[in-house]
Amino acid sequence: MGVDVWISILISICAASTPLLLAALGELVSERAGVLNLGVEGMMIVGAVAGFATAQVTGNPYMGAVIAVFAGAAFSWLFAFLTLTLVTNQVATGLALTILGLGLSGMVGESFVGQPGIRMEAIHIPVLSDLPLVGQLVFGQDLIFYISIALVFGVSWFLFKSRAGLTLRAVGDSHVSAHALGINVIKVRYLAVLFGGACAGLAGAHLSLVYVPQWVEGMTAGRGWIALALVVFASWRPVRVLVGAYLFGAVTIAQFHVQAQGVNIPAQFLTSLPYLATILVLVLIARNRRLTMINTPSALGQSFVPDK
Amino acid sequence: MSGQSTLQKSQDSSASVLMEASGITKIFGELRANDAVDLSIREGEIHALLGENGAGKSTLVKILFGSLQADGGQLFWRGQPVINRSPSEARALGIGMVFQHFSLFEALTVAENIALSFDSDAPLQDTAERARELSNTYGLPLDPYAVVGDLSVGERQRVEIIRCLMQDPALIILDEPTSVLTPQEADTLFETLFRLRDEGRSVLYISHRLEEVQRLCTRATIMRHGKVVDACDPRGETAGSLASKMVGANIGEVVQRDVKTGERKTLLQVENLKLAFNNPFAVELKNINMSVSGGEILGIAGIAGNGQGELFAALSGEELCDDAQAVQIAGQAVGQVDISGRRLIGAAFVPEERLGHGAVPTMALSDNLYLARHASDGDTLRSGGRLKIILRNAVEKLSAKVCEMMDVRKSAPNPPAGALSGGNLQKFIMGRELERNPVVLVVNQPTWGVDAGAAAHIRQSLIDLAAKGSAVVMISQDLDELFEISDRICVIADGHLSQPIRASELTREQIGLMMASSGGFSHLEAA
Repeated sequence: MGVDVWISILISICAASTPLLLAALGELVSERAGVLNLGVEGMMIVGAVAGFATAQVTGNPYMGAVIAVFAGAAFSWLFAFLTLTLVTNQVATGLALTILGLGLSGMVGESFVGQPGIRMEAIHIPVLSDLPLVGQLVFGQDLIFYISIALVFGVSWFLFKSRAGLTLRAVGDSHVSAHALGINVIKVRYLAVLFGGACAGLAGAHLSLVYVPQWVEGMTAGRGWIALALVVFASWRPVRVLVGAYLFGAVTIAQFHVQAQGVNIPAQFLTSLPYLATILVLVLIARNRRLTMINTPSALGQSFVPDK
Repeated sequence: MSGQSTLQKSQDSSASVLMEASGITKIFGELRANDAVDLSIREGEIHALLGENGAGKSTLVKILFGSLQADGGQLFWRGQPVINRSPSEARALGIGMVFQHFSLFEALTVAENIALSFDSDAPLQDTAERARELSNTYGLPLDPYAVVGDLSVGERQRVEIIRCLMQDPALIILDEPTSVLTPQEADTLFETLFRLRDEGRSVLYISHRLEEVQRLCTRATIMRHGKVVDACDPRGETAGSLASKMVGANIGEVVQRDVKTGERKTLLQVENLKLAFNNPFAVELKNINMSVSGGEILGIAGIAGNGQGELFAALSGEELCDDAQAVQIAGQAVGQVDISGRRLIGAAFVPEERLGHGAVPTMALSDNLYLARHASDGDTLRSGGRLKIILRNAVEKLSAKVCEMMDVRKSAPNPPAGALSGGNLQKFIMGRELERNPVVLVVNQPTWGVDAGAAAHIRQSLIDLAAKGSAVVMISQDLDELFEISDRICVIADGHLSQPIRASELTREQIGLMMASSGGFSHLEAA
């Protein structure tokens, strides 16, 4: 294979990894605040349909991405209201959110099935984007890709360097202690869940506006669940989420190229590779309990009701 | 003593009042946790708030600190009426608080923990440096960049105190501060408190340890059942008179049994027990040896978090040992036998945590009884045949018998375990095991957070069990309790168990030194 082929493989890996990265980053922030939102898949697909529909109606994919962010956040607000205000069980509510999101998006998107979508074009910087080799890879991708990379470092800085991030980690470590110090636990968690929803919404928009610019029912195809696994895989560290997301993206892309090279492996096996990899990674992580326990937000998944 | 003695009017009005609570009332459901409580704290005094568990001390303190809102009454700060709607408002006034159950974040560093209690956005490095300076000034050395999860309990308390002092408070509230400290660590704390008092700060010291209160405080307010029942100068009282005021009745004395000498069969033998846990916060057990014979109570002293829970898990079979011979009960090697198997040969276990470990809070007492005894009493509590249906009547009858035997007070015939007060639930859990007349009983913190009346009952039942010829291992942090009923005492420190010493030949100071000997907190004194 020539260099050009490798470059195009790398670019397609970026495209496959970006939605995983975005959704996992959002979930990481939510989980660092102690909220386990299993509705990532649902929020992603709501973002995907909202983004696609908006782009079709307005003709502007950027407008689509913005609306997808709001749609994801609004959908996560429902989760926050149920689990934080009405104190429902987080696991059950998250699962319900996923099922609701899949159903709702199918209904809303019915009239869009089969329509050719509007693709969010890659940005083009004169000279830089035309550089040989790295030009397109580094300076010629879509806007959401750059946002996802910037978010990795933004979230990392926020969590470990900023005061607000310290408060958020404190809430996830012990909501009882945080409450005793006068931190508004519920408010912090609301904001964290909304951020998670916004990221999942943008991840969905990337799927329906960049990765496969069209609407297909159930097009997230389990990516929300992989994002959830990635957060554990990364032991709640943003930079490790980046590594994990690209690893998964690479496996996804590899299956196409292996087939193209005529290697005699059943297609079903290759399609299932990312999922097998998820299981493998989770098993490997579970073996190193020390690593997981030190990084795991202690209050993860626990409901909090302040004394009145 | 009658419950309602008149309040002693303050005789010394030379110092001005810093904080006053007047008629504070707080109602939880049908419980009046605070009922028209009055309290006044003067400038530059160490004021004791005394009372049993459940007397309403913690509720009152939470109201003072703004974590809870009163249903009635008024707070005054330097004579002005104030409302503390949140802890940050209380901090802004100049109130600092050191919590009983530490309100620290284990995954964060000391400096991060301290920074969280400030509303300002100062850089973390400044906070860390100020904390280091302050901790050195007060002789409480701390590394601001250490992760709290790695610190000993005594060090964590230092973090709490330093965090509180960083805000230069006029009033410092300490809730049961010495319950987790060695006698020597407590002495260091007292020196710090005297120093704070000499700086003109006031301290509200909450405790049920009378000796400490007499040593530290010049005034005491005593609470019982949510009301203030007395205010006095503890130095003019005896420990007995203070205790009677707290409890409202004279506490039953524990009747000592005759310690029989001569040949006794060894019922519990532990040989070279080594156990590492798959949990970074657990303490590794290092080569533990002990031998307990019938008729004996072996006390195990130690500061929280030195391997007590781990030792309990190894003895009870919650964690199995690699070497079957490491634990022997009634002559059988049971290192590889699980908890039910150990129960079947006559052992019984009472863990430290009543709710969640000793009992399922949401399940009825009878269900909790069945859960503990399904293996040992399966024949009488289940029907025969293939189905093995639980015989509800038999279980409930047995549960009622246990309640009667241990004088468990409850609001319904068979309430959920979580509805009982701590003392009553503990009595039930003890009774559940004692009713079987176990040959070996291992109990962890039998009277932790239990009122004096129930504690005396529980200790008496342990003594009675030993008198019948059973072997009892009692892990406890309460030195009074250990000295009161143990025949021999060992100390557990950092997963090591000391040689047992006859309780009559041991002093508190010796125990204190043994507790601190190999713990992780002694190295800081040298710094």
